[in-house]
Amino acid sequence: MQGGIKLRKIGVFVCWCGSNIAATVDVEQVVQEANKMSGVAYAADYQYMCSEIGQNMMKDAILKHNLDRVVIAACSPRMHEGTFRRAAEESGINPYLVEIANIREQCSWVHKDKKAGTEKAIALTRAAVAKVTLNTELIPGEIDVVKKALIIGGGIAGIQAALDIADAGYKVDIVEKTPSIGGRMAQLDKTFPTLDCSACILTPKMVDAARHPNITLHTYSEVEKISGYVGNFNVSIKKKARYVDMDKCTGCRICTEKCPSKKAKSEFEEGLKNRGAVYIPFAQAVPNVPVIDTDECIKLKTGKCGLCEKLCPSGAIDFNQKDEMITEEYGAIVVASGYDIIDLDKFGEYQYDHPDVITSLEFERITNAAGPTNGKFVRPSDGEKPKKVVFVQCVGSRDKTERGKSYCSKICCMYTAKHSMLIKEKYPDIEAYVFYIDVRTPGKNFDEFQRRAVEKYGVQYIKGMVGKIFPEGKKLMVHGVDTMSGETLVIDADMVVLAAATKAKSDAVDLKRKLNISTDINNFFTEAHPKLRPVETASAGIYLAGACQGPKDIPETVAQSSAAAAKVIGLLNKSKLVNNPCVSAVDESLCSGCLACTEMCPYDAISFKNIEIDDHGQKIKKVVADVNEALCHGCGGCTVTCRPGAIDLKGFTNKQILAEVDAICR
Amino acid sequence: MSLDSNIANKNEEFKPLIVAFCCNWCSYAGADLAGTSRLKYPANVKIIRVPCSCRVNLNFVLRAFQHGADGVVIAGCHPGDCHYSTGNYHTRRRFSLITNLTEYIGIEKERFKVDWISAAEGNKFATVMNDILEDVYKLGPNKKLRDARWKI
Repeated sequence: MQGGIKLRKIGVFVCWCGSNIAATVDVEQVVQEANKMSGVAYAADYQYMCSEIGQNMMKDAILKHNLDRVVIAACSPRMHEGTFRRAAEESGINPYLVEIANIREQCSWVHKDKKAGTEKAIALTRAAVAKVTLNTELIPGEIDVVKKALIIGGGIAGIQAALDIADAGYKVDIVEKTPSIGGRMAQLDKTFPTLDCSACILTPKMVDAARHPNITLHTYSEVEKISGYVGNFNVSIKKKARYVDMDKCTGCRICTEKCPSKKAKSEFEEGLKNRGAVYIPFAQAVPNVPVIDTDECIKLKTGKCGLCEKLCPSGAIDFNQKDEMITEEYGAIVVASGYDIIDLDKFGEYQYDHPDVITSLEFERITNAAGPTNGKFVRPSDGEKPKKVVFVQCVGSRDKTERGKSYCSKICCMYTAKHSMLIKEKYPDIEAYVFYIDVRTPGKNFDEFQRRAVEKYGVQYIKGMVGKIFPEGKKLMVHGVDTMSGETLVIDADMVVLAAATKAKSDAVDLKRKLNISTDINNFFTEAHPKLRPVETASAGIYLAGACQGPKDIPETVAQSSAAAAKVIGLLNKSKLVNNPCVSAVDESLCSGCLACTEMCPYDAISFKNIEIDDHGQKIKKVVADVNEALCHGCGGCTVTCRPGAIDLKGFTNKQILAEVDAICR
Repeated sequence: MSLDSNIANKNEEFKPLIVAFCCNWCSYAGADLAGTSRLKYPANVKIIRVPCSCRVNLNFVLRAFQHGADGVVIAGCHPGDCHYSTGNYHTRRRFSLITNLTEYIGIEKERFKVDWISAAEGNKFATVMNDILEDVYKLGPNKKLRDARWKI
């Protein structure tokens, strides 16, 4: 081994970074010391190594002095490792034979004393030299890309991403949990800040998605299991039994009308209306095919009834249908699973159990022309038109107590302004009051919109919170405080609308585990970087769109979906992907086959294989660990788990790190 | 911020060496941020970059102590934030056991520290380093595990 090391011809290049390094580190002394280090054939310094002149200087030196490895003592490898690796490659050196000694961020910028700084810079350079001595050429592997994307969630986020990807010419599958695509946006009446009807802008997109030759819809389906890696995800999708044959059904709706079971609350109508056991969630549902609710269907529960089956003119009802599992391969995944609103059972003071106290989402259904009241704005309790309506904002949002959410739900200020405006537009005689903590309306034309509610429509905005609501006869006595005047006030309202906080889907954690991505403290999915990689996750090939990543309005959701789609298209467009060569490798002669590494690996990248070895002429069969290089992310956890020390991490081998330790401790 | 001067006054001859293993994604970036923010910590701290805190083998720690380190820090992402999902949980488990071992073989527990420093915590990086240095100054040089043969 020693003999091999002596043959190294290492070049050391020390950067001044103007005065950034040179002011605290005696660069010339570092060069002198570097020249004395074992294996170093050439050392030099320059003002700006990363500049073109600096890089050319390095390239020339490599050729002139026949260098085979390079150490750059400069800024953090997080800055310019890529730059110098490329430059080395251009002069014929494998890019993984380059090491960076971080003498700026971790030396000259944090120390004042020039002597100490220089000593440390020398030590760091020595460590880098010691490491690079043991570096080996690494060649990135190539992986194929399946030219197909999976979208989880068929709301506006998923639909937009699917359309964009499909238009670029790639196949897309949408997996939607509910019987129809459309999501939350389908439930909305009007959308801010333009007040155009939600269905009018959404339903054409739903139809486009269904008709698109590149898009396949898997509604009433769930993602069961995901394995694989970027470019090659293997996904099991559970298609729940609809009990209705999608091909035979014509969408005539005789079954939904005649179904004798009418006790189930309609999810789409936020429980304000009942639906049959066989139902189509809403009129514009895509696909326009009913589904039978197993918990409600009399035939499925008791075996009697089957009325729908007898009445269906096309014979589409099929009670023998079973849940079906399909497995598909995808190159990329977009998570667009959306959001929920919080349960209000812990907010007793707002009397949510009173029928005339509703959430904003219920309000959307009540004002909607296709909703349970056919668009007539009436009290759910007695069907009378209210005279005074109180809106309460921040119900659970910006609430640091355990029952609420500490974040701002972002959309409530705008939709509350919208709701109050919709009421005043239809019924100018109704009085509308809004209790708020702050009005937050950043966004194009958003503030103008909210001001219109106040200035044009005379909606009363009261800065303060509601303390308690007491039902009194037909009235709801809203006790609140106006913090501007300091007065407590009581409003005898007929209806109260609560802007309940948004929250992550309750199954987000489940999905996170399946996808191996991360969620934040509120269970919203975490992006790879909050500013610079907002639609990517830390897992390559998995992207985020819409409110599953954090509260978002429709314009932002659509923008993020198109961004995620662009990322997916960029990925699918590649014929091959290059993977990180710094992955684990097993020394089969040392591996004892205990497979402790397989259990430690967070990516299931290690499996086992049977090999036959020749032990002094004797053939011995043994089990050894086997690393899938495409799955391995290179964390190196397995190397520590390995008892015989058979697994090592390329680029960060045990020997390399120990050499660094030794060099530093010298 | 700097502890350089007052610590140096306390003990002029003793120049402790701290080896810090920092994970590439959080703590190494935190150390870079400490630099970008021009926070000061003594030059006795030398950083070794590892992909994940779970890459750090007990061997590395022992070797550092054997070869003259007076303190060793392992820094990773905060639990739950690991770039590799669960790596730092393994670090946490391994080193809660190993701290007992190192103490048993004569290394004061103040000399060895596992901490979580995110990429946004340049400040914390400087604080953690200053803290362990102060502890190590109080303890004096690490002689227990030092390998007498290790000298070049």
